[in-house]
Amino acid sequence: MKTYNILIAGVGGQGSLLASKLLGQLFIRRGFDVKVNEVHGMSQRGGSVITTVRAARRVDSPLIADGECGLLIALEQLEALRWVHTLAPDGKLVASTQKIAPMPVITGAVQYPSVAETLPGLWVDALQLALDAGSPRAANVVMLGAAARFLEFDDNEWIQAIAESLPPKAAEINIAAFLSGRQLFREPD
Amino acid sequence: MKQLALGNEAVARGLFEAGCRVVSSYPGTPSTEITEYAAKYAEIGCEWAVNEKVAAEVAVAAAVAGARAFTGMKHVGLNVAADPLFTASYIGVNAGLVIAVADDPGMHSSQNEQDSRHYAMAAKLPMLEPADSSECKEFTKIAFELSERFDTPVLLRLSTRVSHSRSAAEWDEPSRPELRPYEKNAAKHVMMPAMARVRHASVENRMIELGDYCETTPLNTLIWGSERKVGVIAAGIAYQTAREAFGPQASYLKLGMVYPLPVDDIRKLAAEVEEVWVIEELDDFIETHCKKHGVKVRGKADLSPLGEYTPAQLRAAWLGSESAAPARRSTPNRPPVLCPGCPHRGTFAVLNKLKLTVMGDIGCYTLGAAPPLGSMDFCLCMGASVSGLHGFLKARPEAASKTVAVIGDSTFMHSGMTGLLNIVYNQTPATVLILDNSITGMTGHQQNPVTGLTLQNRPAPVLNLAALCRAIGVGRVTEADPQDMKALEKTLREELNAPEPSVIVVRRPCALLKSVPKKPPLTVDAAKCKNCGACMRLGCPAISKGEKAVCIDAPLCVGCGLCAGVCAFGAICGEVIC
Repeated sequence: MKTYNILIAGVGGQGSLLASKLLGQLFIRRGFDVKVNEVHGMSQRGGSVITTVRAARRVDSPLIADGECGLLIALEQLEALRWVHTLAPDGKLVASTQKIAPMPVITGAVQYPSVAETLPGLWVDALQLALDAGSPRAANVVMLGAAARFLEFDDNEWIQAIAESLPPKAAEINIAAFLSGRQLFREPD
Repeated sequence: MKQLALGNEAVARGLFEAGCRVVSSYPGTPSTEITEYAAKYAEIGCEWAVNEKVAAEVAVAAAVAGARAFTGMKHVGLNVAADPLFTASYIGVNAGLVIAVADDPGMHSSQNEQDSRHYAMAAKLPMLEPADSSECKEFTKIAFELSERFDTPVLLRLSTRVSHSRSAAEWDEPSRPELRPYEKNAAKHVMMPAMARVRHASVENRMIELGDYCETTPLNTLIWGSERKVGVIAAGIAYQTAREAFGPQASYLKLGMVYPLPVDDIRKLAAEVEEVWVIEELDDFIETHCKKHGVKVRGKADLSPLGEYTPAQLRAAWLGSESAAPARRSTPNRPPVLCPGCPHRGTFAVLNKLKLTVMGDIGCYTLGAAPPLGSMDFCLCMGASVSGLHGFLKARPEAASKTVAVIGDSTFMHSGMTGLLNIVYNQTPATVLILDNSITGMTGHQQNPVTGLTLQNRPAPVLNLAALCRAIGVGRVTEADPQDMKALEKTLREELNAPEPSVIVVRRPCALLKSVPKKPPLTVDAAKCKNCGACMRLGCPAISKGEKAVCIDAPLCVGCGLCAGVCAFGAICGEVIC
């Protein structure tokens, strides 16, 4: 049984909660011990939000130590930069090219740094793919699709988990969103 | 089958399986979801109370009446409920009574990080502390059994990382204990000096019995490691962090009962290992107990009383191991902000423009304190905006025309009403703004008496805030729409200069409510935009500065139009063609 330390970083309202819940369900069905840590309350109001998913034979703390994250899924560029230090030396970054300016950038106190151009990883135009699938809110699930190549679940497991977690219409959009992300980095057979 | 359950969800399942009949709570992060999940079980009579004191009193009386009862709150909520808590300890229970208190080390969503274990000691009540979702469910059930066995309310201590983590738990069949008979018993249920003196003696006897129980309870477990160098004493999330840091080599005394604390197990551990380390977030509660009983331990001398612990922090403190992780990159902060379309934005933009001193309160609108709105001078606790405004004006009467209080609808009903009555009675010409967004917002949209719906979304009488204010003696009560900033400013100026107390009910529903329609995103006409920054001063996360003109982030914009209203050049409009 492998050990997975996955961190999902985003901005409050981007749907990191749903993404981490889906991952947790997939792992528990495979017989892993799982801990998922969520963020509720004030930080959800447009703040920097991280959720963690840990799966292994035994998991104690729900939190991932800096330098031990195997997979960082960033839903926004600046959040990729903020949390990239948590990656293990062989850790993978899958990140959305979406930019959301934080208040210090909006007020002009600081500049939005250049990230996608400098940070190695799999970069995804998740917002556009989500719009194509039917809703900008499905960008989180596009990102799960893109990250799926580093996980051990087959497409049917993903689709089933999405279908069980959402009402029918939203599930349809999110399954399309998942598949559009999934086909980006499918390994050549 | 194993489920992936949120800690709070598992507590709710524990309530169901224990046959709990009455749940009354006030929302507060990180405790809120317990009551929301409990409401999904039709067998449990669940309700939102107007504050934690009311909720606790409802639960105490329900338990006395013979029904297993529960109330859940955040740590600062227990301060509000402290009055009934201390005397409920004397009354005890009939059917079981469990009170959950969720601490927030690290202050993810709180104004302080007090350690609620002190309440257990101060009120002489047993306290259990689960470390994962499975224990959340089991400990809730055990808490009811202990409550009935020892005739005492039982505290269940949670923390953010236990309440808001998902882990494996298994659901069992529910039990449905009968209502216990209610018998009139003034000596036990009416607390006045003659009765309370007798009951205090019972409480002290109960503490002796609980002291014996905690020495043998299976809630506390000694886990021997592969080495006998280090023995760790920990409970709750701190146990998980310690186990992550020191692994199976170390030995552990895992405490499931954090008050009263055992002595035998601690001595047994100390006798077997070279060093005992106490790992507890916030205060030195367990450490002090160990030292009182002459057991030498390491604790807060090496560890901070601030915030949460991480495994790396513990390893660095006691193993001297440096983290090999790369350094954190320097990045602009991303503090939480008022959402796009938030009705509070217009209010704070007006307060900022008039440069008023603003006595603030607890809710989403506390974010009005952050730049660029920056319109809050004081925030203490729920309700303190209103009473604080009175105090400020008692000290500085000349400030009456430049000072206001802002308080949300739910917070006003929680504990702002009493402060307003105090203003009327003691006569300061105070101006109070009730920001009515038709929901309890920050905790994730709970119904309350102004929404006209109960926890189960069933109809309830709608509280008329303006009529209430008039009824308690406020002569000047007006209503305003925060979207119409000019009218709000005019009303504010009038009320600030009025020589008597006044209330402005500033009303517009939360932009995140499903009932609030989202409009198409607005666009900027670059030819008209002078890049003057007037719209940027609203602090909307959807507007940022471009090189020649401002930009509106279409996926974020909900088309509220507030920015179009402050633009002097007509550069922002709702039509894509412009």
